[in-house]
Amino acid sequence: MSALAPTAAPGTAEPSPRPGPRLRVGPAIGLLPFLAFIGVFLLVPTVTVAVGAFQDESGAFSTEKVAALFEETAMRALRQSLLLSTFSAALGAVLGAVLAYLILAAPPTSLVRRVATAVCGVLAQFGGVTLAFAWIATLGFGGLLTDLLADLFGLDATGSGWLYELPGLVLVYTYFQIPLMVIVFLPALEGLRPQWREAAVGLGANTWQYWTKVAVPLLRPAFLGSALLLFANAFAAYATAAALVSQGAPITPLLIRAALSSEVILGQANFAYALALQMVVVVAIVMGLYAWLLRRTSRWLG
Amino acid sequence: MSAALPGAGAGRWVWSATRVVLLLAFGVFFALPMLALLDFSTKVPGTEERTGEAWSQLLRDPAMTEAITTSLLLAGLTVVGMLVLLVPTMVWVRLRVPRASRLVEFLCLLPLTIPALVIVVGIKNVYAWVNYLIGDSALTLTFLYVVLVLPYAYRALDSALSSIDTTTLAEAARSLGASWFTVIVRVVLPNIWPGVVNAAFISVALVLGEFTVASLLNYDTLPVVIVLLGKSDAPLSMAAALGSILFAALLLLVMSVLDRRRSTRR
Repeated sequence: MSALAPTAAPGTAEPSPRPGPRLRVGPAIGLLPFLAFIGVFLLVPTVTVAVGAFQDESGAFSTEKVAALFEETAMRALRQSLLLSTFSAALGAVLGAVLAYLILAAPPTSLVRRVATAVCGVLAQFGGVTLAFAWIATLGFGGLLTDLLADLFGLDATGSGWLYELPGLVLVYTYFQIPLMVIVFLPALEGLRPQWREAAVGLGANTWQYWTKVAVPLLRPAFLGSALLLFANAFAAYATAAALVSQGAPITPLLIRAALSSEVILGQANFAYALALQMVVVVAIVMGLYAWLLRRTSRWLG
Repeated sequence: MSAALPGAGAGRWVWSATRVVLLLAFGVFFALPMLALLDFSTKVPGTEERTGEAWSQLLRDPAMTEAITTSLLLAGLTVVGMLVLLVPTMVWVRLRVPRASRLVEFLCLLPLTIPALVIVVGIKNVYAWVNYLIGDSALTLTFLYVVLVLPYAYRALDSALSSIDTTTLAEAARSLGASWFTVIVRVVLPNIWPGVVNAAFISVALVLGEFTVASLLNYDTLPVVIVLLGKSDAPLSMAAALGSILFAALLLLVMSVLDRRRSTRR
């Protein structure tokens, strides 16, 4: 399961088994297929996006599309995207940390723990489409919970179609953020040594003091790092929103879809490039912070 | 860590009751949408009757069976492509060019930072060539899927490789006259088999659920068809959605069982 966790085993960069850097080109040729593949299918598209963002329809240099990022439509989508990512990451981080703690209270070999980690692995990684449909079946028109609420309390749960707007997206995103938090935060929580608690208790600390003075400060970088990862995850997610919201573009990924699919309007492709570039910049900043926090965490919790 | 609070019996009882209640609450939150999918996919619209119609139609609807076949083929091809690309490269890095290990790791983890959506936006020129060279088929998605599974596959393979002494194994094989191909396929590969299985399962699960790339490049994979059918035949698409997540859950469960067996044996 740990292979699913982006935090697990950050590289384990083992020292080179061979002493002495031999400056021969020969062996490096073996890496060419890999580098070529990555180059064509990962780096070329990224460079295309970065260059295309600064071109107009004719291919000439232009900052027009990047400037369009600061206009009303794009800014509103970005704001909504940031709100969605922040709320779902905050909710997911807090609830996920609680769930991770509850799971950890069960013995390592117990059924609860095994099932919980396996389920989290599936829900965190598996298709946004499924989740969108699951929530439509739950809270959409004629959904399970909708009918239940209507029967029991006479509530109209579908009122004003909130499920297909920002509040609904936060709810549905939280559904995959919590499991992701469990996966990435569990190792840090497991790293808390019982000896530290014993030491604190031995020095006269009570439970409250142990948590506020020892455990929380130790876990803080890991918690913030995981929350950042959740933020990036939500910001980059597309499938759930696309399956849930068929028209309109409340968030950046859906605005990109709109720009891609309406090629009748000239220059929209370049606008998609600019939006995509903006996305890379946001995610890269967040992941940079994440890597930095992770390094701080690994000093204590391994 | 010791999660149970020390102290009075009453406090302890309150704590375990709270724990059970909270776990149940999480359980309900996660189970409810899945139950709703099951409910919706077996309901006859307008009546209270139950029917397995949508589920049996999964295997009869031509659009659906075609999409399932496409997705399964894609999953298989992605696993093969990922292994062919990654295993020799990672072994080679360990044995001959250790100085490149940071570079390879960085490149493999890069897809976590570059969202799939961004890759799709910029892929038009590359895919014009792909379609020109090998034809326009949904199976060409394999190339992009190999990129998407790289971070997860890399981690699984890397931890497996770290647990064996690749250098000694390879040197022994080489000194007995084995070719590099033999070293990788017949010596290293059997030793990192659990990591390979992990990487394969994760890749399959990821490919079966992938929507972003397929949908924006207009290829009819399973998730794309599920969304398309959602508008015309909701129960059928709900059944397919639940079916695909159960299948992925089964795969990952098998993986965790294999994983556990390995760790207890060691």
